Amino acid sequence: MEHYEVAIIGAGMSGLAAGIRLAHFGKKVCIFERHYAPGGLNSFYSKDGRKFDVGLHAMTNFVKPGVKGTPLGKILRQLRISREELDLSEQKRSRIAFTDANLSFSNDFSLLESEVARVFPKEVGGFRKLSDEISSYPDAKLDEAYVSARSVVRNWISDPLLEDMIFCPLMYYGSATEDDMDFSQFVVMFRSIFLEGFARPLDGIRKMIRLLLDRYRSAGGIRRMRTGISRIETEGNRVSRLVLDSGEEVEADVVLSSAGLSETFRLIDSELDRDYASKEGQLSFTETISIFDKQPSEFGWGDDAIVFFNHGTKFEYQRSADPVDLRSGVICIPNNFDYGDRTLAEGVVRVTCLANYDQWTQYEEDQYIEAKEEWNDRIWKSAVQFMPKSGLNYDSDRVAWDMFTPKTVERYTWHARGAIYGSPSKLKDGKTAYSNLFLCGTDQGYLGIIGSMLSGIAMANQHVLRG
Amino acid sequence: MTTDECKKVVLEIIAEIAPDEDLSDVKPDVALREQLDLDSMDFLDIVMELRKKHGIEVPESDYGELASLGSCAAYLTPKFNALV
Repeated sequence: MEHYEVAIIGAGMSGLAAGIRLAHFGKKVCIFERHYAPGGLNSFYSKDGRKFDVGLHAMTNFVKPGVKGTPLGKILRQLRISREELDLSEQKRSRIAFTDANLSFSNDFSLLESEVARVFPKEVGGFRKLSDEISSYPDAKLDEAYVSARSVVRNWISDPLLEDMIFCPLMYYGSATEDDMDFSQFVVMFRSIFLEGFARPLDGIRKMIRLLLDRYRSAGGIRRMRTGISRIETEGNRVSRLVLDSGEEVEADVVLSSAGLSETFRLIDSELDRDYASKEGQLSFTETISIFDKQPSEFGWGDDAIVFFNHGTKFEYQRSADPVDLRSGVICIPNNFDYGDRTLAEGVVRVTCLANYDQWTQYEEDQYIEAKEEWNDRIWKSAVQFMPKSGLNYDSDRVAWDMFTPKTVERYTWHARGAIYGSPSKLKDGKTAYSNLFLCGTDQGYLGIIGSMLSGIAMANQHVLRG
Repeated sequence: MTTDECKKVVLEIIAEIAPDEDLSDVKPDVALREQLDLDSMDFLDIVMELRKKHGIEVPESDYGELASLGSCAAYLTPKFNALV
């Protein structure tokens, strides 16, 4: 039986980051991934010769070179990746767009401050106090209890519209909790989006994944793709063996699982499934990707990289009752990053909305295809209301489109109910009832792309390299 | 190995861990943390790189000995010389 010092379940951002740390320091480590492509929730695929990204809209946490002590700097150091290799381009700007109010923001926080002063003159003092509090808030500890972010924010912000506008991007980019979030998570997200900012490599997520794979391989890490784990065998309070989908068995001294909380326990014992089913995430999403033969600037959409939109004044971040919740969403235009003299070959507009897992998984195959076509059009019509009027004809100017649904997410990532932000309950220290089994990734609780890598790094450091 | 050679080895490790830091004027008697942006994760890496590259073990109780470049050299030079 093959024996590894560490087995990692999942070749997503957290699994790859953990793997790089462990391989670099000489551990015999193997990453097992059921899918043929690495990346997990942030991945890519080709369709009709065209490359599509899934997951990542932008890297959050962008700071300019030389800014010290930030999450981006930490992960680059820990993974031995240089800023030059990653080659990030900053967003031009982004916007929170509600029916009655717009707030633009960029990687320069003073823009958001001046926008709040313009739209909510009575609130700007409170907003400044809130951002000061967040700047000086201590780094999240692994053992902190849940505190409602809404209740804390209301100490400084009294206009419910501004409150919802602040929460909208932070929830969309990382909350597994309906309508509220943990305050320490709010702090992490506020910093990563508003105080730091958005950037992207020209080639999107593929660039990041390629760098991670190169590092992992050159450090001596082993990777087994199309190799899922079907069972985790335990003896007493220890994991003894992993059973692969093929029936082959392997041994590992330590197992790091990025599969998720309920998903990992289901591998141990399907009976435990019932206990953990209640902890499954309820929030899933759909994303449409439309490709145009023009640059978005040619149809007058040339500045906003990311637009967080909401129809009406009240923002509700909940499990969708309909297949897609058309009331809110996120528009991402990857063309609107400052790539210098380079450009993306085609215009790309992605729209993400909350979606209902149960409805998308109950369709027969032909109903599913029809539903995708119907909702793709409806999502576009909902989103386009928040963009400048243009002469764009969605049907004739579009050269390709695709759409992923909660069903797609579950099919390729095995995350229960297609819940990309996982369970509302997180295991922040990564520890389980088994002494050599630890969680990393989504259900450990650091969210977003930078968070997921930080999770893999932190869990590898804490439970293997120091342990 | 001399203490100066040992300082060079430590600086090489720091350069690899934190390529974005300017190491041209690190004062040996001032704490590294006061001159450079190094956190506990970085210090863990210094310890692990010492083990990986040079076979030097630094037990957790001795991490304080790595506070400055001078104290690193004083603590590590005998360990390097004991290796042979």
